[in-house]
Amino acid sequence: MDYRIEVEDLNVYFGESHILKDLNLKIRKNRVTSLIGPSGCGKSTFIRTLNRMNDLIDTFKHDGSVLLDGTDIYDPKIDVVDLRKKIGMVFQKPNPFPKSIFDNVAYGLRVHGISDKDVLTEKVEESLKAAALWDEVKDKMDMSAMGLSGGQQQRLCIARTIAVNPEVILMDEPASALDPISTVKIEDLVHKLKKDYTIIIVTHNMQQATRVSKYTAFFLNGEIVESGLTDKLFLEPEDKRTEDYITGRFG
Amino acid sequence: MNLNRIISPKIAQRIMKGLFWASGIITILILLVIIGYILYKGLPVVNMSFIFSNPIDSGRSGGIFPFIISSLYVTFIAILVATPLGVGAAVYLAEYAGEGTIVKLIRFGAETLASIPSIVFGLFGLAFFVVYLGLGWCVLSGGLILALMALPTILQVSEVSLEAVPKSYREGSLAIGATKWQTIYQVVLPAGIPGITTGVILGLARAISEAAAILFAVGAALSVPISIFDPARPLPLHLYIIATEGISLDNAYGTAAVLVILVLIITVVTNTLVERYSRKMMGR
Repeated sequence: MDYRIEVEDLNVYFGESHILKDLNLKIRKNRVTSLIGPSGCGKSTFIRTLNRMNDLIDTFKHDGSVLLDGTDIYDPKIDVVDLRKKIGMVFQKPNPFPKSIFDNVAYGLRVHGISDKDVLTEKVEESLKAAALWDEVKDKMDMSAMGLSGGQQQRLCIARTIAVNPEVILMDEPASALDPISTVKIEDLVHKLKKDYTIIIVTHNMQQATRVSKYTAFFLNGEIVESGLTDKLFLEPEDKRTEDYITGRFG
Repeated sequence: MNLNRIISPKIAQRIMKGLFWASGIITILILLVIIGYILYKGLPVVNMSFIFSNPIDSGRSGGIFPFIISSLYVTFIAILVATPLGVGAAVYLAEYAGEGTIVKLIRFGAETLASIPSIVFGLFGLAFFVVYLGLGWCVLSGGLILALMALPTILQVSEVSLEAVPKSYREGSLAIGATKWQTIYQVVLPAGIPGITTGVILGLARAISEAAAILFAVGAALSVPISIFDPARPLPLHLYIIATEGISLDNAYGTAAVLVILVLIITVVTNTLVERYSRKMMGR
């Protein structure tokens, strides 16, 4: 199968408000898919539906289905903890734990039962290298992660996510709190990671979407207006609203 | 411009700043005067033999060693019991409970518990621990009463400090596939440790300085308590007895000085450790 995630007729409600409306989207394996759209259009709610982070909100309700490799992730038989191991998430604001750099990356491995020191050391190094952070931190693994710069913290969070070998990485505006140089590093990293992972990235920045992603979906008021190849969506949008948004008429 | 003003904003600003400054200074002065007076009156009798020897003639002379041990012993029992209970309840309130009737009831209970006069605790301790449970006058009875007194402080301060742990830590942990308990145990609690420790120290300070609450429960022994079922006489109680019974006012001041210094040492040492822990945790 070519698709990692298939979303069919997904509706999401928080209490009485209807947040996401009849979404249909297929996410290809080992590709980067961007989600663009103005603030409050439901992009973040959407990706939080994919790893069931919305379960934390009491008033969350949904219908329709979200399939990961053909299995509905909202099936009562699915273990949420297991699912979140398969679908990792990087947040808008870097959120390392107030622990050492090593312990941050080893965290996911430890909660999933790995305690062998050699295995941990090896996996931590591997993950930090994959997140392009190893060279900057290899001599200070015992230092608190809170002492790193914002850009380094975000790459550490990416290392922490990939350490548990997820299939999918969700990124919620991962560079929006970072300076331009750190942003470039994150984007380079996204390019590097897509050969091993399926990546879904929410972004406010349309240039970023064109730089990092093969596919793009345009969200507006809780609906997906248009989705498809990034190049096509930006060069020949089918919908007038997409065109208005990407040419900067609103948003 | 309003020309009817009695004083200009600039003058008002100066006056208010002066008032706030004075409030701060007066607070510090009150503290210094009390501690200074106690030390001034008490320190002359405090020496190695006062601290490390047994009392002679009900404390008219000799030292206060058994009472120092009694104080440390009952306080230790109190903290040993109250900390897991208080922190446990705080974790429940902050992480699991949400906002319901039971939660409001627990909070109300803790607030009320905190405002019950200590002599009432003392009476309850006598009725419940000493008589009903048959523990008798002993370290354990005293320690358990003090645990009840320290509990609300530990609970309230711990809850506030757990709630102050950023939500993003919890999300980061859950998003990686940790369970709620793993998240609490490995991320939230370690991040809340400095605040929780402050709560424990406040509770400890309340417990170690209490006389009325343990008056009817701990006994008034003059010897060093060994077992938790031995009677004891913590410093505040000894102070109360030798002062009110006119045994020795000089030794009462000496005892007070030792108590103040003991609390000071515990507070300063813990604060230093907490400071070091936070600095390491936050990479500063």
